[in-house]
Amino acid sequence: MRTRWIEIMVGFFMVLGILALLGLALNVSGLKLSDRHGDYTVHARFENIGGLTSRAKVTLSGVQIGQVKSIKIDTQRLVALVSLDIYSEIDYLSIDSSAKILTAGLLGEQYIGISVGFEDDNLKDGDYIDDTQSALVLEDLIGKFLFNKVSN
Amino acid sequence: MLNQFALLGRSVLDRLAGIGRSGGVVWQSLVAKPAPFVMFPLLLKQIYFIGVLSLVIIIVSGLFIGMVLGLQGYTILVDYGSEQAVGQMVALSLVRELAPVVTALLFAGRAGSALTAEIGLMKATEQLSSLEMIGVDPLRRIVAPRLWAGFISMPILAIIFAMVGIWGGALVSVEWLGIFEGSFWSNMQNSVSFTGDVLNGVIKAVVFGIVVTWIAVFQGYDCVPTSEGISQATTRTVVYSSLAVLALDFILTALMFGDL
Repeated sequence: MRTRWIEIMVGFFMVLGILALLGLALNVSGLKLSDRHGDYTVHARFENIGGLTSRAKVTLSGVQIGQVKSIKIDTQRLVALVSLDIYSEIDYLSIDSSAKILTAGLLGEQYIGISVGFEDDNLKDGDYIDDTQSALVLEDLIGKFLFNKVSN
Repeated sequence: MLNQFALLGRSVLDRLAGIGRSGGVVWQSLVAKPAPFVMFPLLLKQIYFIGVLSLVIIIVSGLFIGMVLGLQGYTILVDYGSEQAVGQMVALSLVRELAPVVTALLFAGRAGSALTAEIGLMKATEQLSSLEMIGVDPLRRIVAPRLWAGFISMPILAIIFAMVGIWGGALVSVEWLGIFEGSFWSNMQNSVSFTGDVLNGVIKAVVFGIVVTWIAVFQGYDCVPTSEGISQATTRTVVYSSLAVLALDFILTALMFGDL
């Protein structure tokens, strides 16, 4: 009877540990069990990406539709080349869509906002977004402001 | 003058010999010929004593530490108007640091000292020698199940500690202080990464479990077989394992999060 009780309690202990790990994984770190397949990649060139990092959000009207896959330098044009993973069910982004680097809140993380254009053709895997707007860099902004002050 | 040098040299040699003996004890008990049918019930019993009976202290202290973190985080962050970040603060500090370290310290006090005292008393009452006389290897029969039970229990206890602590933090900040529940959890989920934070915390807990159990078992096995010797060995277990845990924690943190 004593042995049986020990076995039951150890089993309970193990289950509790596994449940807690699952809780940490799903509830705390927001891990998704279903790995997304069939995402497609589009690229965008930016003059300046500011503090954008890989795995940052890609949004359409504030709704997440993908994430930043990688950030490299385009060696021909010497600007930043950002690859975006877009969820495969978002297949209605027109080819003249524009991408902006935005900031969540005053000090928040940076993410990419997509605005849809008017063309009938849609972006496909490997396409480039031509119309881009760089990140707002505070130093540039202050510099412009001071320059305007002086010239006025 | 020369005597002083001799004293110093002898104490260093003694320590080195102790490390070597402890390595030998662990190695011989872990690589011993596996006998699953004998070993498994013994292992279960030890997991019960080391892990299950430590659950209460782990859950209660985890709950209170999480609640304190929630309360302190709220009072600091509310000045900056960013009290939603309290979930992120509670989760990151628990998962990365507090859960493995505090669990290891409690584990050393609750289970490690008991292991040392038990094995030490077995040695003092010559139970270990009697086992050897009847042809049973005490390392396999006594030491190995306790080592494995410590290695297995400690990470599980740390995971439970983290989860209970985060739940306690949520209890204080969401239920009592009125932070919006959605932003509490979503802030947390955005900032905690599974591989970067949760898995690294579990790796820390595994390392601490190995170190604490190793120290506890060896101190018991190697103690002077008198009542005074057992009491000294028990003290040494708690002191050495606490120091080892804190020092190792710094090294592991520097390796994992310090971008070295």
